[in-house]
Amino acid sequence: MNRQIVQLFGLFTFLFAILIIFTSRWTVFEASSLTNNPDNRRPLIEEQKIPRGQIFADDGHTVLASNRGHGRGENRTYTRTYPKGGLFAHPIGFSYLKNGQRGLEASRNEDLVGKENEFATILSGLESRDREGNDIVTNLDLKGTEAAVNGLAGRKGAVVAIEPSTGKVRVMVSIPEYDPNLITSQIGQLNNDRANQPLLNRTTQELYPPGSTFKVVTATAALDSGKITPNTTINASSPKTISGVPLENAGGEQFGDISATDALTNSVNTYWAQVGERIGRDTLVEYMRRYGFYEDPQLDYPSWQMIPSGVINGKGKYVDDGFDVGRVAIGQGGLEGEVRAAPMQMAEVVAAVANGGRLMKPRLTDRIVHKDGRVKERIEPDLQSVVMKPETADQLGQMMSRVVEEGTGTAAALSGITVAGKTGTAEVGANREFTQPWFICFAPVENPRLAVAVTVERTQGQGGTVAAPIAKSVLEAMLGGGGG
Amino acid sequence: MTARTRELFGLLPVSLLVAAGFAAVLSTHTTDVSNATLTYGAFFLGLCVLAHLFIRARLPEADPYMFPLAAGLAGIGLVLIYRIDPELAREQAQWFVVGLAFFCVTILLVEDHHVLERYRYTIAAVSIGLLVLPRLPGIGAQVNGAFLGIKVGPIQFQPAEFAKLGIIVFLASYLRETGDILVRPRLRPLPYQRQLILWGIPAVLTLLGIAVLGLGPAGSVLLGVFLFSFAAVIRDRPSPKHFGPLLLVWGLAMLMLIVIRDLGSSLMFFGGFLGLLWVATARLSLIGVGSTMFFGGAFYLSQHLAHVKERVDIWLDPFARGVVNDEGYQLAQSLFAQADGGLFGQGFGQALLELPGGGTILPAAHTDLIYAVLTDEAGLFGAAGLIGVYLLLVYRGLRTALSAADGFSKLLATGLTTVLAIQVFVIVGGVTRVIPLTGVTLPFVSYGGSSIVANMVLLALLLIVSDHARADAQRRGGLV
Repeated sequence: MNRQIVQLFGLFTFLFAILIIFTSRWTVFEASSLTNNPDNRRPLIEEQKIPRGQIFADDGHTVLASNRGHGRGENRTYTRTYPKGGLFAHPIGFSYLKNGQRGLEASRNEDLVGKENEFATILSGLESRDREGNDIVTNLDLKGTEAAVNGLAGRKGAVVAIEPSTGKVRVMVSIPEYDPNLITSQIGQLNNDRANQPLLNRTTQELYPPGSTFKVVTATAALDSGKITPNTTINASSPKTISGVPLENAGGEQFGDISATDALTNSVNTYWAQVGERIGRDTLVEYMRRYGFYEDPQLDYPSWQMIPSGVINGKGKYVDDGFDVGRVAIGQGGLEGEVRAAPMQMAEVVAAVANGGRLMKPRLTDRIVHKDGRVKERIEPDLQSVVMKPETADQLGQMMSRVVEEGTGTAAALSGITVAGKTGTAEVGANREFTQPWFICFAPVENPRLAVAVTVERTQGQGGTVAAPIAKSVLEAMLGGGGG
Repeated sequence: MTARTRELFGLLPVSLLVAAGFAAVLSTHTTDVSNATLTYGAFFLGLCVLAHLFIRARLPEADPYMFPLAAGLAGIGLVLIYRIDPELAREQAQWFVVGLAFFCVTILLVEDHHVLERYRYTIAAVSIGLLVLPRLPGIGAQVNGAFLGIKVGPIQFQPAEFAKLGIIVFLASYLRETGDILVRPRLRPLPYQRQLILWGIPAVLTLLGIAVLGLGPAGSVLLGVFLFSFAAVIRDRPSPKHFGPLLLVWGLAMLMLIVIRDLGSSLMFFGGFLGLLWVATARLSLIGVGSTMFFGGAFYLSQHLAHVKERVDIWLDPFARGVVNDEGYQLAQSLFAQADGGLFGQGFGQALLELPGGGTILPAAHTDLIYAVLTDEAGLFGAAGLIGVYLLLVYRGLRTALSAADGFSKLLATGLTTVLAIQVFVIVGGVTRVIPLTGVTLPFVSYGGSSIVANMVLLALLLIVSDHARADAQRRGGLV
């Protein structure tokens, strides 16, 4: 009997060891995956007790996100308020226990709650238990944002403005907006509004046919690879047979032998489609990749709120081969592949041209600041890719300034500041009954300080008459109309 | 130093621990620490010293470590419950006093545990009656789909906690009598051909079962172990008439699954039975037959009882979509809470228990999930410490069984210790997802009057056995 009792003790020791092994599995080995489980609300609840950092506009004092405290002592919790309401709803997003996080509130969460590395946590835990979040100063410009919102005037659409030399995102506007202060009560309603999709950030989460603005990408590839020069003449009569199907110019307009500069100024489809066939799919795709197509923008924004631009076939798959290169070159396409771009992507295209061919990583954050005012981290400009040679960028800039001087984009002309741009007007809808007007531009041409992309969703009218004036008002607001 | 003096000294660190625990909890909740802490510590120490004096008078030779260990567990439990809800802790403290009273009454009434043998069938009948009580209309109470509690007026209690004691007493007594004649080993090995037949039949049947029934790996192992164990039992020429009561125990365990629908209690009873059977007969074949019959039956029932099946499904994947925020919420939250604890825990009184705006994040934190609360607050080390205390208690209990002179004493001490150990395994294993989570309490620690009273009676019985064993040994001049 005694032997069996001893064996029984061995069994219990074994069983208890299993308990300790499983406890260590949850407390140590799988602790981080449990903490990061989206169904685990504990981290969010804990973060409610931390006064989250404030978010400021680029001036460093306009408050975009702040806190309201509730309760006293250890039960004191904080909820978010957004003094500017819907104006910055898309870039800033929101952060609520019940509704989760979006926008910069999500992508900069660790900074905003003051998360330190493990070692620092232990040290600060010894010092005091009060944790404080860090403030964030963004690159977002109040005047430019207001000008963009007023310019869109309630029409669905998107405006992005980037500082070309640094990649600072100065304006990110998507209409319709929503009021983040009311998210807790309205989120269901906002989610169900299929017609307007107010929670969708149209600058990064929606792809549109870029129309003729894509000719800037085609021109980049053609000029930079030496296939054409600004003076190369091609016969641009209409219609021209492209991939076996006749292609017409807008309004069936006839052009004879014209130069690349003239073809861009007047947005001649048959010219650029032939250029597209000359450079071929591989070269076009190569330059698209350099511009950042086929991948998420390298923006400090949640990856699930961004999608890549690119050539997409009828099944919704990204393709880099087999498409009608002539039609893609003018911002269209077919079932085998149609080019689609997010407004953020087109802003990056024009910013790269403005910056001598060097594409800087776009970013919403300028710096992270301790509560006591010390700068914790400054986000330095970072090169994403060299898209083209500086000479190519110069040539393109000259060609694009002609567009604004005398071509399709005259509505964006400013007095005293030279503007370079490109219009686009894609036809959308089941019967091509709507248009998707675009305008991308930068200014001043000699020393570019701002690159802007504007598009309006499913409307009527041309890029030059609908989108260009909006871009103009943004440029005016930020570069100061008269003398800069 | 005498055993009793050792016990008294053992109570000192326990009281310090309780006082320190209350101090930690109070300091995070209020600024006033000093008086209340001392009051709680002194009150607890006073009660324990009273009980100690009683043991000194009635059971002078009993094991000196078991009472301080159990008191320590109860102290940890009080601190944790106080931290969850001070009002519940006040009630639990009252139950602790009632438990001590029952502890003393048991020692007074049962001067010699051998008298229990005389009433074994009465005790067995009463225990089975207790188990069925929660299903009686009017007094039964269903909690989370299991029928574990009964309610008479304002008093609510869990009869299974008491039934486990009665059934162990009965089994210890029954197996003491029949253990030797259940199986009679052959004096010489079977001839070669007979052996071939004996082992060939289960082998063929197992293969047949796998082929015909299309069993999975778990089922095949279960069937194989069962058939080979059964063959081994037959080789030992069992006496069929003595197997009746054993089959009855198995049937009872299955019935518990059906009647009270609680896998945990069922596993606890049957585990205690198998432990006793092993000690009484030393036949692995019996354990093989018994455990496979239990698991087979439990598996079959889990497929056909919605409540049990749900528990098993949650155990297999608590994080599945649609499960994690619904029926799997409790287990998922238990694991999240443990993850928050880490190696050293967040400190007493600092774990997150309440949702902002009211409501609790850990359902049944004071009963089922009290181990998760401890892990959250004291970390892996604290949790391992608690398991260590239980292991020491189990060690002392089995030491008592080893030193006891007669079969009944050995089996009684083994059975009581086994049922305690398995109860710890069932609830902690449930909380840590080793096995499906069920609603048994963590002995001495969880909130619950029935639990604390029944476990104090269990402790009293162990101390009575221990006192007799050690007194006998001293009389014989042996080592203690």
